[in-house]
Amino acid sequence: MAETKTYREALREAMVHEMDRDESVILMGEDIGVYGGTHLITDGLYDKYGPRRVIDTPISENGFTGAAVGMAMMGMRPIVEMMTWNFSFLAADQIIQNAAKVRYFSGGQVKVPLVIRGPNGGGVQLSAQHTHSLESFYGHFPGLKVVAPVTPNDAKGMMLTAIRDDNCVIFLEAGALYGTKGEVEEGDNAVPFGKARIAREGSDVTLIAYGRQVNLCLRAAETLEEEDGVDAEVIDLRSLRPFDEDAIVESVKKTHRAVAVEEQWRWFGVASEVAAIIQEKAFDYLDAPVERVSGAETPAPYARNLELLAFPSEKAVANAARRALYMEEK
Amino acid sequence: MPAKDERSENGEVGARGEGAVATTPENLAELYQKMVLIRAFEDACQRAFRQGKIGGYLHVYTGEEAVATGFLDAYREGDRVITAYRDHPHALLLGASPGEVMAELYGRRTGLVKGKGGSMHLFDVERGLMGGYGIVGGHIPVGVGLAYALRYQNTDHIVQLFLGDGAINQGAFHEAANLAGLWGRDEMCPCLFIVENNQYGMGTSVERATAMTDLAAKFDAYAIEHEKVDGMDLLAVLECAHRAAERVRESGRPYAVEAITYRIAPHGAADFLEKYRTKEEVEKWRERDPIGIVEKRLLDSGDIDEERIEEIKQEAKREVEEAVRFAEESEEPPAEELYTDVYAGEGEE
Ligand SMILES: Cc1ncc(C[n+]2csc(CCOP(=O)(O)OP(=O)(O)O)c2C)c(N)n1
Repeated sequence: MAETKTYREALREAMVHEMDRDESVILMGEDIGVYGGTHLITDGLYDKYGPRRVIDTPISENGFTGAAVGMAMMGMRPIVEMMTWNFSFLAADQIIQNAAKVRYFSGGQVKVPLVIRGPNGGGVQLSAQHTHSLESFYGHFPGLKVVAPVTPNDAKGMMLTAIRDDNCVIFLEAGALYGTKGEVEEGDNAVPFGKARIAREGSDVTLIAYGRQVNLCLRAAETLEEEDGVDAEVIDLRSLRPFDEDAIVESVKKTHRAVAVEEQWRWFGVASEVAAIIQEKAFDYLDAPVERVSGAETPAPYARNLELLAFPSEKAVANAARRALYMEEK
Repeated sequence: MPAKDERSENGEVGARGEGAVATTPENLAELYQKMVLIRAFEDACQRAFRQGKIGGYLHVYTGEEAVATGFLDAYREGDRVITAYRDHPHALLLGASPGEVMAELYGRRTGLVKGKGGSMHLFDVERGLMGGYGIVGGHIPVGVGLAYALRYQNTDHIVQLFLGDGAINQGAFHEAANLAGLWGRDEMCPCLFIVENNQYGMGTSVERATAMTDLAAKFDAYAIEHEKVDGMDLLAVLECAHRAAERVRESGRPYAVEAITYRIAPHGAADFLEKYRTKEEVEKWRERDPIGIVEKRLLDSGDIDEERIEEIKQEAKREVEEAVRFAEESEEPPAEELYTDVYAGEGEE
């Protein structure tokens, strides 16, 4: 059984599912309760579960995230909302120095079953301090899991998995897609981490992405088919740590060409990692260098026209695929 | 710590301005004019936002005009000002034209920062504005550093550092206030902290966000002297601001003022729900609208008549319309501008 739901509703459904099942699950964050949640993800939950389980916090990211680490060490399962991931830089000390490492430096004596969630990325003219994509930033740290679902079904299924995970999960939501709809399976549809999804089958070139860039790739694939008769495969990585190397390698063995797409900056990023894995594990199958499509190497500009230039576009993805197919000059 | 209900249901707390500052009628009329302009500007950009002409976030200052207007009246050339994202009035009061500010909100090359920052990041370094910042609390340490530099460079200038009641719960505030207190001992921190206590950090009231709600008294922990002022009463603010600014200028030590005020507008132009406060509460504060208070004083004293008031309002409206026209007619930044200003030393002669 499946029902059409928004990405936002799917996330809420997962949290409700687990809060009903497990008393140790609680929510915290700025304006998630009385105000109703800046993005309305937690709307109604304050009334349903009360102020002890839905905690409105002051604007003090490092403080409340650190407190959540403490709760998690005591066996609670907090879900912390970052109003946007941009604000997590203030909490980075607690996330990186404690949440990610305390299990290791306690010799395995404690665990930190903590979910930190919120919208990631940019695209609505919020300019430099409110526009970041943090996947490679957090993906860098052993001890953290990093996931980025793009479909409503995955939003629910991966949230269920995140809440049940005994580690700190960085849950990067496709903030720009909260209102998008899709089929969501009823009940417990937990989606395991570390398994990519083939979002579109194809034979000529593999487009690899995660988060909202997956939709960009799907549109680019349509264009490639219509305009060039090219059959592109699209892989939605879903989870970046753990990372599904096999899915990429298998696809490249079939298509022999790959384009890695990310919204964030190119240097030291996810697309670099994807390209490196392909050259390590599928070098002999490649018919062209792996292409990368990334955001411009600048802080995000405010002006609409500049912002459009700063982020990957459907056209940039299609062109990169054409380059990988030697249909267009580098 | 004052009891909770002593803490300003309606701003009746702190210094009263009555006669405390030598404000001439002309002076007051001029400040009134500035407040009216700010209000008209904020109304216009909120409209433009709703029409989809302005993107990103837009936070207006409606209801709080007396605070920035009063404090920046004590600004002297060479001083520095730093604030968060509710920064339009600070730019306008320091002398930026409404056109330049509006063009920034429209994302045009003629804007204060070439269309690169938008509403939250107005800078006008020549006129002393060291920026609007988007991360709550993030600018506070920066302001303290500006103050140290002013002394280090042997000037008698000061920093006016505006922050919200919400920002006071950030670690950055506490760390910066401690630095200010320490450096103040050596007369190396001419920083005037102005806490714009508009009662809410977004949708969370001070009572629900702050364990000890006497915000001025927080500065005790850092050996910084402080007071409160009725931020709805321009005369009270003026008196306090001039005295406080001179004190900081002379001493090289930080000082803090908590201005009790109210954000009549929603937190951001895109927020409509307002489940966190009642219409009655907003109405109650509206009765103490800072512009209305000055207007009444001017009329009561006979220094100004209804006709002149009407003229002032019409002038402000015209000036803002002109600003909107300027913004609409200005060009977008050229594509090359995407890559400029990332590093200093590039593209400079
Ligand atoms: C670090 C950080 N957390 C959260 C936000 C989202 N946010 C923007 S404004 C705001 C409220 C700030 O309140 P206050 O400091 O009192 O200033 P006011 O808006 O009332 O002027 C919040 C939570 C942010 N910009 N930065």
